[in-house]
Amino acid sequence: MIVNLHLWYIPLLPFAGFLINGILGRRLPKWLITTVALLAPLAAFGVVLWCAVLTLTPIELRSWNGPGSIPAVLSLPFTETCPLAWINIAALHVDFSFVLDQLSLVMLLVVTGVGLLIHVYSVGYMTDDEGYARYFSYLNLFLFFMTVLVLAGNALVMFVGWEGVGLASYLLIGFWFSKKSAADAGKKAFIVNRIGDFGFLVAMFLLVANFGTLTFTEIAAKLGMDPGWNGGVVTVIALCLMLGAAGKSAQLPLYVWLPDAMEGPTPVSALIHAATMVTAGVYMVARTHVIFDHSPFALSVVAIVGAATALFAATIALVQSDIKRVLAYSTISQLGYMFLGCGVAAYSAAIFHLMTHAFFKALLFLAAGSVIHALGGEQDLRKMGGLWKKLPVTFAVTTVGVLAIAGIWPFAGFFSKDAILSAAFLSGQNGRILWTVGAVTALLTSFYMFRLWYLAFFGESRNPDTHPHESPWSMRVPLVILALLSICGGWIGIDLAHGLINMERFTDFLAPVLGARAAASGGEGIELYLSLLAVGLALLGWLVAFLFYGRETETPARLARALSGGYKLLERKYFVDEIYGAIIVKPLLVISEYILGWVVDVGILGGAAWLLGGIAMFSGAILQRWQSGNLRSYAAWLAAGAAAVLIFLLVPWSTVWPASIEFVWKAAGH
Amino acid sequence: MSSFLSQQVPLSWYLLLSAALFSLGVVGFLFKRNLITVFMSIELMLNGVNLSFVTFAHQWHAVKGQIFVFFVMMVAAAEAAVGLAIIIAVFRARATLAVDRIDLMKL
Repeated sequence: MIVNLHLWYIPLLPFAGFLINGILGRRLPKWLITTVALLAPLAAFGVVLWCAVLTLTPIELRSWNGPGSIPAVLSLPFTETCPLAWINIAALHVDFSFVLDQLSLVMLLVVTGVGLLIHVYSVGYMTDDEGYARYFSYLNLFLFFMTVLVLAGNALVMFVGWEGVGLASYLLIGFWFSKKSAADAGKKAFIVNRIGDFGFLVAMFLLVANFGTLTFTEIAAKLGMDPGWNGGVVTVIALCLMLGAAGKSAQLPLYVWLPDAMEGPTPVSALIHAATMVTAGVYMVARTHVIFDHSPFALSVVAIVGAATALFAATIALVQSDIKRVLAYSTISQLGYMFLGCGVAAYSAAIFHLMTHAFFKALLFLAAGSVIHALGGEQDLRKMGGLWKKLPVTFAVTTVGVLAIAGIWPFAGFFSKDAILSAAFLSGQNGRILWTVGAVTALLTSFYMFRLWYLAFFGESRNPDTHPHESPWSMRVPLVILALLSICGGWIGIDLAHGLINMERFTDFLAPVLGARAAASGGEGIELYLSLLAVGLALLGWLVAFLFYGRETETPARLARALSGGYKLLERKYFVDEIYGAIIVKPLLVISEYILGWVVDVGILGGAAWLLGGIAMFSGAILQRWQSGNLRSYAAWLAAGAAAVLIFLLVPWSTVWPASIEFVWKAAGH
Repeated sequence: MSSFLSQQVPLSWYLLLSAALFSLGVVGFLFKRNLITVFMSIELMLNGVNLSFVTFAHQWHAVKGQIFVFFVMMVAAAEAAVGLAIIIAVFRARATLAVDRIDLMKL
């Protein structure tokens, strides 16, 4: 009889892969590196599936006895704690504990499943790279930390994973570290994330100070018992958590690192900077949703930040010409949707969008990687074109991804985006504004994705020198699987009793963790119209994109000239990097160079060192006269010293100077 | 022998002789210019101290002082070997044994 799930296998298997490839990778043959690298996520995914099957088997089907029967203890939520206490100081007790519940199960399936596909894809994509073993060891390391983050039963374990995925992200962004822009992008990601991590840390301190625990379930229980927890400190905790989430999930104002993170290899952009790591912030908000539920103010901040980020990033994506940058801004924008969903307390919709987004955005990034691979490293959309004939598989899967992100029924993105938008619409007085922002963003999203689609795949090739070739099967298979998931991924939430456009089953599945969705008043009728409107907006975006980029026209160029100011603003990304550079980076550099560098380092520290050195040199200059080098003078000093000691011992001090005895006595400490 | 020492020659005589030997050594060490003479002065100081050790050992009927003298003699023998080797090396290098000319060890 099985009585334990052994959740710790899930992170430790990728960690073993990391150790093997990281330590021995240089000496192993390539096929062995590949085997280890793929076995790690495959085994982790297998364990997750195994856990899912065991825990989700309904109780009534378990009743038969026998060696393979599943005891009732194996059901969600299932907690596994390291028998040794991790931190045990006075009242604070923190265990290294993993929790498997509906939320972490969904997240684990996404992380290990999509992670596995991207590992397979990477085998083809990175095949000629010198750092093949290093790449896969980092990728496995990422999976290790990400699964720790997801399984965490308390905030501190989550923080371990949180920092760890940041490290893996840093290592992989700067994977081609000999390129300065890649090394700089890695540093930028790491440093911007520190700001968010500061918020997370402060939130943890406040949690310990006010609740005395970091365990999510205990916090929820304490908040639930006392309705007095409203506003005040809870709001501060929630806002600090939101700061952490905004850093990790690239929300305003901390989103600046994500576009630069595209310097990493494209599969990394797909796995870490689109599908999984950047959604950790959304996951964290959902995980701590009880805190947010007690603070309406913090919730509205989350919603506003999410909506603003969604719109802001979408406008930038309209005019970018680098295919990966378009996808990066689109990722930021979609993450904004997820925060919008969290902010209107539709956590399950946010998690649903997280899941479908992981499918179609990983698909889009991998397809973009396939295009870049085919064109020998070309990322500029303006130099592509006419690829649909040459790369049929890539073209087909990109089409699926574009339709999914644009929110066209029945692709996956439609269901999740629609759920968020209708939840926003029905969320009180500001809901209409949030919905409008979300709907405009949906229009823009559809436009810029179809723009990418037309520019890359249609028309005539704008760079006739290239000879594109379809990618190897190791890259095509993950693409096809992800395309299928992007089509069908949204259907798992459909409860046919409520028609064809809903996600009731997904909501019900997550209800034990996230709470049942508040019954929307008078929402039944209007939701259908909202959905139709959203699809209409998506089609409108497609139409505009077709008019602009479907044929060879001068329209986009003329429009850009006519609105040159606005175009420039968007193309230069609202000058945010420049503004941050001017108001944060530059003053820091000036302070570092002049105040810290000159005044403190050269002036105070250097001065103190020079002073000490000067004293030593000055006294040395005087004392060196003693070192005459003359043997007899040394002997004379020696004799004089011996004589002095003798005289000191022979003089009857008590008679010569009676007070001296007392003096020596006191000096000795009596 | 012991009765001869204790009855006929007082303790102070031995100590005075010891002090005189030591002082002669010190004076020779300080004022002689020849390195070998300086070296011999050191031996003189050592033996002056040895004498006082033996004297006190006899006075207090303690064997420790005499053992100590053996140690001193042993060390002095070793030191003589090393010291003479150094003196020969110095002489070969500088062609002089005058101590005031051997002054390279200053800054």
